[in-house]
Amino acid sequence: MLEYISIIITAIFVNNIVFAQFLGICPFIGVSRKLSSAVGMGAAVTFVMLLATAITWALQDLVLNPFGLGFMQTIVFILVIAALVQMLEIILKKIAPVLYSALGVFLPLITTNCAVLGVAITVVQKGMNLGESIVYALATAVGFTMAIAIFAGIREQLAWTSVPKAMRGVPIAMICAGLLAMAFMGFSGIKIG
Amino acid sequence: MKSTLVNMVLSLGIITIVAAGALAGVYTATKQPIEEAKAAKQKAAIGQVLPEISFNNNPADEAAEVTVDGETVTVFPARQDGELVGLAVESHDTNGFSGLITVMYGFNPSGDITGYAVMQHAETPGLGSKMGEWFCNPAHSIIGLNAATSNLTVSKDGGDVDAITAATISSRAFLRALTLADKASKQFADRQ
Amino acid sequence: MNDKLKILFNGIIAENPTFVLMLGMCPTLGTTGSAINGMSMGLATMAVLICSNVVISLIKNFVPSKVRIPAYIVVIAAFVSVLQLVMEAYVPSLYATLGIFIPLIVVNCIVLGRAEAFASRHGVLDSCLDGIGIGLGFTVALTILGAVRELLGTGKVFDLTVYPEQFGSLVFVLAPGAFIALGLLIALFTKFRSAKC
Repeated sequence: MLEYISIIITAIFVNNIVFAQFLGICPFIGVSRKLSSAVGMGAAVTFVMLLATAITWALQDLVLNPFGLGFMQTIVFILVIAALVQMLEIILKKIAPVLYSALGVFLPLITTNCAVLGVAITVVQKGMNLGESIVYALATAVGFTMAIAIFAGIREQLAWTSVPKAMRGVPIAMICAGLLAMAFMGFSGIKIG
Repeated sequence: MKSTLVNMVLSLGIITIVAAGALAGVYTATKQPIEEAKAAKQKAAIGQVLPEISFNNNPADEAAEVTVDGETVTVFPARQDGELVGLAVESHDTNGFSGLITVMYGFNPSGDITGYAVMQHAETPGLGSKMGEWFCNPAHSIIGLNAATSNLTVSKDGGDVDAITAATISSRAFLRALTLADKASKQFADRQ
Repeated sequence: MNDKLKILFNGIIAENPTFVLMLGMCPTLGTTGSAINGMSMGLATMAVLICSNVVISLIKNFVPSKVRIPAYIVVIAAFVSVLQLVMEAYVPSLYATLGIFIPLIVVNCIVLGRAEAFASRHGVLDSCLDGIGIGLGFTVALTILGAVRELLGTGKVFDLTVYPEQFGSLVFVLAPGAFIALGLLIALFTKFRSAKC
């Protein structure tokens, strides 16, 4: 139990996917102008990341490793993620139109979200078992959602301030992200167990 | 080109097969260089941690796994004409500042530390990452120390080793890996 | 001749992938702790970009438009895997340093973006030039960012000491400094570009 708690705390705070690992920066900058869309993106990423990690973990363990096909990892994983996102889009449209209208616009963007592929590769590299992988994926996604939500909150305020012309848009957002990353450094080194 | 089901499946299939085939070819071609590169790195590290010891065997050929306190480390014995003259131990600790660190340590037959080489780490640049130079700098060197006569923990914990400035956690991990390596080397030497 | 040069230079200034298009931010931030790492990452991406642009331009007429994106992804992923194997074999320490960011070139928006926006509409030579241009733009941007961070953080550039390390502010090598330095560089680039035109 303790190791799961340790994985969760580490993935959300200590090794936050955005602020410490630099993954998923494109949606982090691109979809954080409004809090509502940021939360939607976070939910969609959580959904896809969980499913993708579970499936790619199983593929690695049941197909790639036994047949010595480890070198096909990158190509297989990205295809699985791309296919998964497409299928999710079709299935959600049919069976859960409400959810689809909330997450639909974000789904196509997720294929090229490096956080999803990054987590799938990381759990294999770290040799986690299925349970640990799923917990890690979930915690990482929660960390991402939290980061993007906090950031969107700040940017909504930022829209009302007067910023020097050259700094408007992405530059000032980057500096805010830097300050947030500094705040998150306060968590570094925390160990449980 | 028109998107009919047949040509969609066909074109994707062909592209995937060609890609997989090309990849398999490159994999076969690079398999040996990758193994050689790994072996070369290991050999260089063994030479680095046993600097003043001359040996004429290939320690990597006689690598042995030793389990201490539930952790398994690899011991590379260096021999001169069959006699054990030094041990290189590839040890690790999972509680570095950013997780796993892997370090190779060298010991002479009386258990003195002859050198070390950091194999893998993800410690903070400029802080924990200094471990490669810090512990062989004469001001706070661990080389020549012996676990039998020195307390190999950081001075904050009552030991004899100065921790890296502002990187106590990394230093502790480094010294835990060292202690593990030391125990493994003793256990290995006893077996001989 | 002029058009060809224009394609080449387009990627370095007018459509610089980092400072203007703002694509591929993850490796931009994650691998620029030093100038040499930034440059290596840029060159690795450039290699994939040139190869995938050429191949996609070659096969563009045989791929049905509905499945073109998956087809492009397969091509890019194949080149990335080849790059991974080659790097692991011949430059293992660099491969270890850049780590997960090498396989993640697959999802670098720059590569797929150029495949879709340029290579699928232009000839082989033009696509190759576009790959070189955009790749160079990315490499230059990463090298500059890496050099700035290394200089401010440790007082060195490409491992050559400029001023003593004690005066450096380490935060620029760490995560927050990556965001702040990149933000300031983008602002500078925008300023100079708007002043020119």
